[in-house]
Amino acid sequence: MQTKFERGEPMSFLKTTLILCAGLALAACTDPGRFDGDNTVDLNGDNASGYGSGTASDPSSPAYFQQAVGDRVLFVIDTYTLTDIARNTLDGQARWLLANTDYQAVIEGHADEQGTREYNLALGARRANSVQEYLLSQGVPASRMRVVSYGKERPIEICSDESCYAQNRRAVTVISIGAGM
Amino acid sequence: MMYRLVTLLALIMATLSGMPAKAQDGPLRIEITEGVIEPMPFAVPEFVAGGAGGQVAADISNLIAADLAGTGLFRAIPSNAFISRVTSFSSPIQFADWKAVNAQALVTGAVDVDSAGKLVVRFRVWDVFAGQELGSGQQLVGTTDGWRRIAHKIADQVYSRITGEGGYFDSRVVFVSETGPKDKRAKRLAIMDYDGANVTYLTDSASLVLAPRFSPTGDRILYTSYETGFPRIYVLDVQSVSRRVLETQDGAMSFAPRFGPNGRNVVYSLTKGGNTDIYSMDINSGVSQRLTSAPSIETAPSYSPDGSQIVFQSDRTGTSQLYVMGANGGEARRISNGEGLYGTPVWSPRGDLIAFTKQSKRRFHIGVMRTDGSEERLLTASFLDEGPTWSPNGRVIMFTRETQGATGQANLYSVDITGRNLRRVPTAGGASDPAWSPLQ
Repeated sequence: MQTKFERGEPMSFLKTTLILCAGLALAACTDPGRFDGDNTVDLNGDNASGYGSGTASDPSSPAYFQQAVGDRVLFVIDTYTLTDIARNTLDGQARWLLANTDYQAVIEGHADEQGTREYNLALGARRANSVQEYLLSQGVPASRMRVVSYGKERPIEICSDESCYAQNRRAVTVISIGAGM
Repeated sequence: MMYRLVTLLALIMATLSGMPAKAQDGPLRIEITEGVIEPMPFAVPEFVAGGAGGQVAADISNLIAADLAGTGLFRAIPSNAFISRVTSFSSPIQFADWKAVNAQALVTGAVDVDSAGKLVVRFRVWDVFAGQELGSGQQLVGTTDGWRRIAHKIADQVYSRITGEGGYFDSRVVFVSETGPKDKRAKRLAIMDYDGANVTYLTDSASLVLAPRFSPTGDRILYTSYETGFPRIYVLDVQSVSRRVLETQDGAMSFAPRFGPNGRNVVYSLTKGGNTDIYSMDINSGVSQRLTSAPSIETAPSYSPDGSQIVFQSDRTGTSQLYVMGANGGEARRISNGEGLYGTPVWSPRGDLIAFTKQSKRRFHIGVMRTDGSEERLLTASFLDEGPTWSPNGRVIMFTRETQGATGQANLYSVDITGRNLRRVPTAGGASDPAWSPLQ
């Protein structure tokens, strides 16, 4: 039998070096993260004890907002309705925001790790929206608030038990001055 | 020949078709059905090296064998069992020697380096028991750096000639590379060969990135990034790594994008006022169209391969289920019917199945069902499996598996659509959200 050698399809070997804009190169073109600003109070991660400027004894300080007023509300699994405790916290947030008009708020919605990534993004958005609607109803102008969902991407407690999940199903009101919304 | 093969298969083919298994002559073939339990033994003796081709000849032969064995459909016979040696590509094959070690398929080849420094690889596939060549010999030429792609292409040829189906070895996977503990996890986009080799990073880890998806030709990638502080969809050109934002509605979040089969339409989720619905966009014109408008969550859309339909997940009945609607929206019909929650449906490239994530009794599963929701089969079970993606030939599903607890980490796994051959895909650190490219 005669074997015919066929030329394989043209092997355009994309330079294996194709890509190569590894980390450093891209870093140059990436905008500074919205939450990296100095004015932003980041409760996630290791800034959690750092609490921005001021002290909790100063009622107009972000620290007071976080610690005395309470910057977060928690949700029952797979729900986004506000509990009585949550409404009470949000009443305090609304009063604080109405008294401290220099501050803008980004309301972050979060979910626990049970559930798919996409669903949890949508669920976190529902939770953040519940908070925003409540604050709106208490007179905080829409122009001072934005919402974002992190889904299950930013847990604060990392065990895989209900004790951690309960803390992760949250909406956090992150305040900042002149964030340029 | 056929008889011999059938004895290795589970006879399910014969049972299903109502035909008795008959001994007959026929080409070497694995009929891929759920019946393949016993992998077909094969041998890839080291390719004959000419000139400077020594190490790369061994590397190529080994990678071809690894690709084939990795499917679970084939079993490599170790070289120390070989009786016959192949010292010349043109010498006659000693079929008796290969029969004696029960090699049903044999792949022989030669590796040379031409005057321009290019790698020239020739190969042949043999049906040992029929004593015949299967298909015709081929020659592939490439750079020496590209030896892995040559090996994958040859393995694809062998796979196709024996199974009658397209291969998937010369393909890539884009995914999210993860580092750091669960509460400070850094994520960046990375791309690699389907087997975990040749990893390249496409973004840095300054911003959270999620769920990359290939275009139908593999030249572009859709993904979600928080680089503005809010989730938005970007489209990235693989070659130049340049990218642009796709959806910029103020006060809205966009995520879960997927290309349509024409590479121009994108379907995705947009959240406004806490409500998530499905939109499509012509990415050339930027014109978008709202496809669902319900107060419930509608997300994770995926086009059928002909572009006429979209499967998605919705909790409109109170629990998350799978629905199919036309590509322009309109009435949707529910297709998932079992107990539990269903999400992340993905239409198979063949069009016959939908892969999904199922959450039931505190366990997660990757499963497949027919496009009308019938014949649901769960392929995996663990603390957290999610986000299936199809191999280009629709035979294998890759997904994310995350382990439980404070030290939990995400990794990529693949499984055959029969539920067999579950394997971890090797990655340097944590990895999630894989998306399989088309065959290159």
